[in-house]
Amino acid sequence: MLPKEVTRLIGKVGETMVLEVEKGAIRRYVDALGDPNPLHWDEGAAKRAGFRTIVAPPGFFGWPAKWGAAGPFFPPLREEVTALIADAGYTRGLYGGVEYDFFHPVLAGDVLSATPKVKDIYEREGKTGKMVFLVIETTYTNQNGQMVARARETAIRR
Amino acid sequence: MATRKQLHWEDIEVGGELTELPKVATTQMLVKWAGACGDFNPLHFDEAFAASQGVGKPIVHGPLKRAWLVQLLTDWIGEKGALRKFSCQMRAMDYPRPMKDLASPQEGETWWCKGTVTKKYVEAGEHRLDCEIWVENGKGQVTTRGQATVTLPSQAR
Repeated sequence: MLPKEVTRLIGKVGETMVLEVEKGAIRRYVDALGDPNPLHWDEGAAKRAGFRTIVAPPGFFGWPAKWGAAGPFFPPLREEVTALIADAGYTRGLYGGVEYDFFHPVLAGDVLSATPKVKDIYEREGKTGKMVFLVIETTYTNQNGQMVARARETAIRR
Repeated sequence: MATRKQLHWEDIEVGGELTELPKVATTQMLVKWAGACGDFNPLHFDEAFAASQGVGKPIVHGPLKRAWLVQLLTDWIGEKGALRKFSCQMRAMDYPRPMKDLASPQEGETWWCKGTVTKKYVEAGEHRLDCEIWVENGKGQVTTRGQATVTLPSQAR
């Protein structure tokens, strides 16, 4: 059983982070991935396809304008929850997966507001013993106030 | 990819296959990925740390396999298609190929991103398809599995 200190965080909403979607960051992402799609590389190709400018690949939401204590990748809310899960004896982490809803394309130059929320925390018996699943739901809203995407990411702790 | 002929919704049948996308995870790719998305978890580059985490040796980032599957879909739907929903679940670890020289990996496994169409329908004024998608390792085992909903342009318009 997970202690109450952990499960009572379900529903907690974290601080909104500002993410900047820069062209260079998009290029580094698709370069690492090995994705030559011109929509992500070529301004002209993106415009010919009807976009204002270069398109970010779905699932890339830019980089935080300000890094939290945990570095660029994880919101402080996630760090807070994983620290408490670690105190409960689950210190080793794995990526579980994600569910995305995409509502509008994300384009180079966009500034997104990302708000994370603890969607769920639960225990399961796995092949190698008990595991904890932490689900963080993040909504991404662009500078025009449009919600562009919602992500539910599952982190596994064991 | 956008240079490929644009698919239309009418071209697709339930049970049809997505154009397969091959990928080779290398130690170099993992370094680039870590830098490109800010995931500096030593699980993906530090032998001793990976061993202490119970995964044997450094593993391929789950979000990289997620991004492979997103690319499978965006390549297939072309620039006039849109990805509406996407999900994936990690099923097994994958281990990158070591590098042979500055630019090429040692011999080893190739991963294949694959998918099939499970449903074809019109909803919210859009011509949509649901797909099952997955990543197979060099032994043909599925290490990542997911589902997606995409839209394609219709010839009727």
